[in-house]
Amino acid sequence: MGRSRRTQRPPLPVLALAGLAAAFFALPFLGLLRQVPWSHVGSMLTSDGSVRALRLSLTCSLWATGVAVVLGVPLAWVLARVPFRGRGAVRALCTLSMVLPPVVAGVALLAALGRRGLVGRYLDEWFGLTLPFSTVGVVVAQAFVATPFLVLTVESAFRQQDLRYEDAARSLGGLRWYVFRRVTVPAIRPGLIAGAVLAWARALGEFGATITFAGNFPGRTQTMPLAIYLANETNPDEAVVLSVVLVVVSFGVLVALRERYLGGAAGSTT
Amino acid sequence: MSLDAHVARSLGPLTLEVDLAADDGEVVAVLGPNGAGKSTLFRCLAGLLDLDAGHVRLDGVVLDEPAAGVFVPPERRPVAVVFQDHLLFPNLTALENVAFGLRARGMAKTEARRRAADWLERVGLADHARHRPAGLSGGQAQRVALARALATEPRLLLLDEPLAALDAGTRAQVRRDLRRHLSDTPGVRLLVTHDPVDAYALADRVVIVEGGRVVQAGTLADVTAHPRSRYVADLVGVNLLAGTAADGTLLLPTGGRIITGEHTAGHALAVIEPHAVALYRTPPDGSPRNVWPAAVADIDQRGDRVRVRLDGDVPLVAEITPAGLAALDLRPGDPVWCTVKATEVTVYPA
Repeated sequence: MGRSRRTQRPPLPVLALAGLAAAFFALPFLGLLRQVPWSHVGSMLTSDGSVRALRLSLTCSLWATGVAVVLGVPLAWVLARVPFRGRGAVRALCTLSMVLPPVVAGVALLAALGRRGLVGRYLDEWFGLTLPFSTVGVVVAQAFVATPFLVLTVESAFRQQDLRYEDAARSLGGLRWYVFRRVTVPAIRPGLIAGAVLAWARALGEFGATITFAGNFPGRTQTMPLAIYLANETNPDEAVVLSVVLVVVSFGVLVALRERYLGGAAGSTT
Repeated sequence: MSLDAHVARSLGPLTLEVDLAADDGEVVAVLGPNGAGKSTLFRCLAGLLDLDAGHVRLDGVVLDEPAAGVFVPPERRPVAVVFQDHLLFPNLTALENVAFGLRARGMAKTEARRRAADWLERVGLADHARHRPAGLSGGQAQRVALARALATEPRLLLLDEPLAALDAGTRAQVRRDLRRHLSDTPGVRLLVTHDPVDAYALADRVVIVEGGRVVQAGTLADVTAHPRSRYVADLVGVNLLAGTAADGTLLLPTGGRIITGEHTAGHALAVIEPHAVALYRTPPDGSPRNVWPAAVADIDQRGDRVRVRLDGDVPLVAEITPAGLAALDLRPGDPVWCTVKATEVTVYPA
């Protein structure tokens, strides 16, 4: 339904700028595709290094997304719903890693969780646990920079929530934790999924914090972005192929999730 | 008394101070204009707001009493609420919505679902069990909300404007169903409404709240015969005039004078039915003892009756026929004369 195309014709300057923007975002990927050495793609993709890097990237980014959800949702809820002094400062601190240069995030992580770090020293002494330069370290670095994306998205969803549903649930005998799981969180599902996708995308692309905190060890901490960076120095063709893989995976996930959950198509709310 | 409450609570501009008592098996309507504090009262009874002072007791158990330091949170009260716009959980099916209260109380899933299915059957929605709220009509959602509340077997059932969210077509049907379900349920049932028709249809007794206070309580017949405030009078459609009575006359603060023929003294209220007020273009000459000049304020035609609001020393609403209106050719602002026989004026002490 709605108005006809004719009455909705957009203003010309907006059209022109939007077209420029679309070109700006699309052209680099077209350029990438043009440079793909198609005859070598097969061997490059099946090489040990690429497979290991891709697998590590997917595994670590999914774990990081899991950490972001488990820690980020409660944090977002507290920031949205519990008034306390210094809430603004806490929010700023918890989302700082989103705006910092990732390499600074990596240095900060080393200061906290490194072998001589604030907490890391005890992890090492008491539990023999060393996070830096390990695969778990990759997950930590990714979660550190990715979680704020989820926190901000989910907090805004919690803020827009109709609290009367929780009243209804409590009046039916729901204890707080039960209400949180069965009513509060399901109601913000679109926001939660959007936040998780953003966090996952950020984790997948994470470079600076990872290389600083976890290093660049093939098979252990060398994720796709690291492998691509390295390859670009020695074997640019391989860098192009690996980049295209990352582009395809990310694009596929974004498109699939948008259709399914994020209400991309008009009138898909049910 | 099953329910015994003295609710004192300030919320924004509103200060609520209401006494409320009800017996087991009673249906009581809390009637009042918007902003009178009806919803605040319900939230206090349900435990969604705490009292500033007073108490809420149900079956002898204290649910809230600030002076004694007692507050039972909503999830631990045997109180259920049917909210105005139903507030069915959108991610759950009708069956899961009805089972929610049972599951929340720790009942096993299969048993909770079995009972929920029974309740859906009772409200006539057995074949809608798998529908989500978005797929239900307003009337159906209302019945699911009722089943969801009743499934927890509350001792106090609160219905907040249960029919307000429905369109006129389904209202009558839902009202009938609701009356049947309410009379089948044990415990105390309170309903908040701004519509006297709902109160008439559903309740044994009304409590009228205005500006955070109870202005009148009693049976509907009682309240209709002797309204004690302008709001109540408008609600039941009569003219209510307050003044000082002496020697068969009621003197209004505006200077107006009503001859009543009844010998009441002191502060008094006079009720005049709108259809007892007759209108004339020229000063009439007849038996009615009350003849007042007035100006037409507005004219409201509803079906085969026209209500004419009159400004003057004795402000009144007159009810005439469309033919009468046409014969008088009245427009807002026109001067008129109105008459009322003294025997048509009912006076009682304020």
